[in-house]
Amino acid sequence: MKIIIPVNEKNLQTQICNSFGRAPFFFVFDSETKDSLFLDNHAVNSTGGAGIKAAQTMVDNKANVVITFSCGENAANVLKAADIQLYKAMNASLEKNIEAYFTSNLSLLDEIHAGLHLHGN
Amino acid sequence: MKSMQDCIFTVINNMKIAILSGKGGTGKTLLAVNLAAVAPSAVYLDCDVEEPNGHLFFKPIMIEEEDVKVEIPQVDNEKCDGCRQCIDFCRFNALVYIIDRLLIFKDICHSCGGCMIVCPQKALTSKAKVVGKIRKGTSNQVTVYSGILNIGEASGVPIIKKLLTNSKTKETKLTFIDCPPGSACVVMESIKDADYCILVAEPTIFGSHNLNMVYELVKVFDKPFGVVLNKCFDGENPSEKFCLEKDIKILGKIPFDQDLGVLNSNGNIVALANKKYYDLFNTILEQVTMEVSHEATINS
Amino acid sequence: MKQLLILSGKGGTGKTTIASAFIKLSGAKVYADCDVDAPNLHLLMVQQDVPQIFDYYALPKAKIDSDKCIECDRCRQNCKFDAIFQNEFYFVDEFACEGCGVCELVCPVSAITFHQASAGDLILYKNDKRVFSTAQLKMGSGTSGKLVTEVKKQMQTAAINTEFAIIDGSPGIGCPVIASLSGVDMVLIVAEPSLSGISDMERIIKTAKQFKTKIAVCVNKFDTNYENTNLIEQFCQEKNISFVGKIPFDHLVVKAVNNGQTIVDIECLAGRAVIAVYERLITLFNKYNNKGESRND
Repeated sequence: MKIIIPVNEKNLQTQICNSFGRAPFFFVFDSETKDSLFLDNHAVNSTGGAGIKAAQTMVDNKANVVITFSCGENAANVLKAADIQLYKAMNASLEKNIEAYFTSNLSLLDEIHAGLHLHGN
Repeated sequence: MKSMQDCIFTVINNMKIAILSGKGGTGKTLLAVNLAAVAPSAVYLDCDVEEPNGHLFFKPIMIEEEDVKVEIPQVDNEKCDGCRQCIDFCRFNALVYIIDRLLIFKDICHSCGGCMIVCPQKALTSKAKVVGKIRKGTSNQVTVYSGILNIGEASGVPIIKKLLTNSKTKETKLTFIDCPPGSACVVMESIKDADYCILVAEPTIFGSHNLNMVYELVKVFDKPFGVVLNKCFDGENPSEKFCLEKDIKILGKIPFDQDLGVLNSNGNIVALANKKYYDLFNTILEQVTMEVSHEATINS
Repeated sequence: MKQLLILSGKGGTGKTTIASAFIKLSGAKVYADCDVDAPNLHLLMVQQDVPQIFDYYALPKAKIDSDKCIECDRCRQNCKFDAIFQNEFYFVDEFACEGCGVCELVCPVSAITFHQASAGDLILYKNDKRVFSTAQLKMGSGTSGKLVTEVKKQMQTAAINTEFAIIDGSPGIGCPVIASLSGVDMVLIVAEPSLSGISDMERIIKTAKQFKTKIAVCVNKFDTNYENTNLIEQFCQEKNISFVGKIPFDHLVVKAVNNGQTIVDIECLAGRAVIAVYERLITLFNKYNNKGESRND
């Protein structure tokens, strides 16, 4: 399965980004092949709909799980429609968050905020 | 004096006078409503579509209402083949493709129509979305137009556009445009067709600071303008100082007056409630008409 | 970081006057002005040091190369924002242009390109004593939601280990207000006891309710209309909204403001009333946060 996480820097000790749509990078981990990579987030420069664009990136990269602190309404709807599960990130490094997921120590993200509702202006 | 006034009114009869201020709560609506009320015959346009208030004073009757709509795309998923050209085109990220269908985010869409043009399968067509409404009614000799933005919608620009278009085609009277506060795009939209602008300012540093902003705005739009100072009392007036420094015409001063405040806060048109206030606003209107007709003759 | 936002719906009710008083009373080291169209907080929270200023860019705007243009009129016909005109040449009104890209799409000779234009300034005052995040939108710019978000993000990034921040909001109910509401723990709505003020207050409450954030209301200049003040108090009771107090009209407020002082820097009736409102609000704020109903960062 594939896990994708929004992060601040391209290393395993980095903190999870407190924004999903405007995170600078995404960490992609494939639990079967154990391959991983960092993607640049192109949504970061959007004036509006960044969460939606980032969610499209999740879909295009065939994510099964996304681990994040927060997620706006529109992005959450996209992920739900694509059957991607949302987990709540911990205040710890990327490495520790992945460990926590695989030891079933993370819970589902159920607090979806109304979104920044930026209309590109 | 009466007949000269009549002559002047004939000259400015078709004119549009916008009333704006950088800061909210300075008295735009007070001025716009009362000037319209003392004019022989006028149109009042409430372009503050986020927080419209003019109708509370006029209490218009014989209301006609019209929805304001924008066009957003809808998709025929049978025709869509997932080529994603629409997603690649959309600068607002309003479209998403999941598995086998296209999702459209109506609240993000800017109604530019681009995705419909781009789609090679013609799978995208337009449908209407209501973003607000406009209302027209009458209150004595004033025709009252109000625009209202629906809660949750981002921009009042389409509503202001419709207000101005409707009144332009149907009305040929002196028009007072009550603008939104600030100097953002909704304000620009409201003053686009104005023949003259009245800037309202209060005697605080907030007032003068924000007066500066709208002063820059009317200059960019090359609109003739003057200032009305509101809530004036004894003591230093930073806004008056600003006008003197920049050699800006002061059209009138409304004194700080507790009774006026109470009447106004209860939704009364103060000029109709008391002769003192009728004379105050009539004097300002005379000054405004002289300025506007002067500008009109210069430009003709 | 817990955030308190001050809104009003109607302009001129006293948001900035009250926000600045709260900042002084709470000793808050982190605050922001989200009224990016007409920022005023800096006039009362006078800063001694020089800020960092960053350009803020919104969507790029279209530009027509008149050498390539064949005047086919397709761009003007397809522009939904009335942003293309023809005088001597075809040109784009940058104020009206929304950067959608349709003109570039339909132009048969690629005469249209897009360029970045600064839509305002993002301003940050930061030293070891405090963080003050603000901005100035360039006039005519589109509804400024993104700049508001940048102001808040700038504040949060510059003040990572801070627990409490106060945000001075903007009037209205549109995009900038919606952007400022996101992620906020509590909103104080400053109401004015006039018919206009009540109407606007109801609309801003409806807007704030969409965010499930805790709402409190106070009335400013309450003695200009006792009847309307009572109506507001009743309304709050009916809707189960916390009413945290009333502040009288006070001539000394204007004097303080014009001297660049907050109303708790001088001795005045309004200042004393603001202190009472502040205390009630903070009690509510702490109670709400301790219940564990807080937002996550």
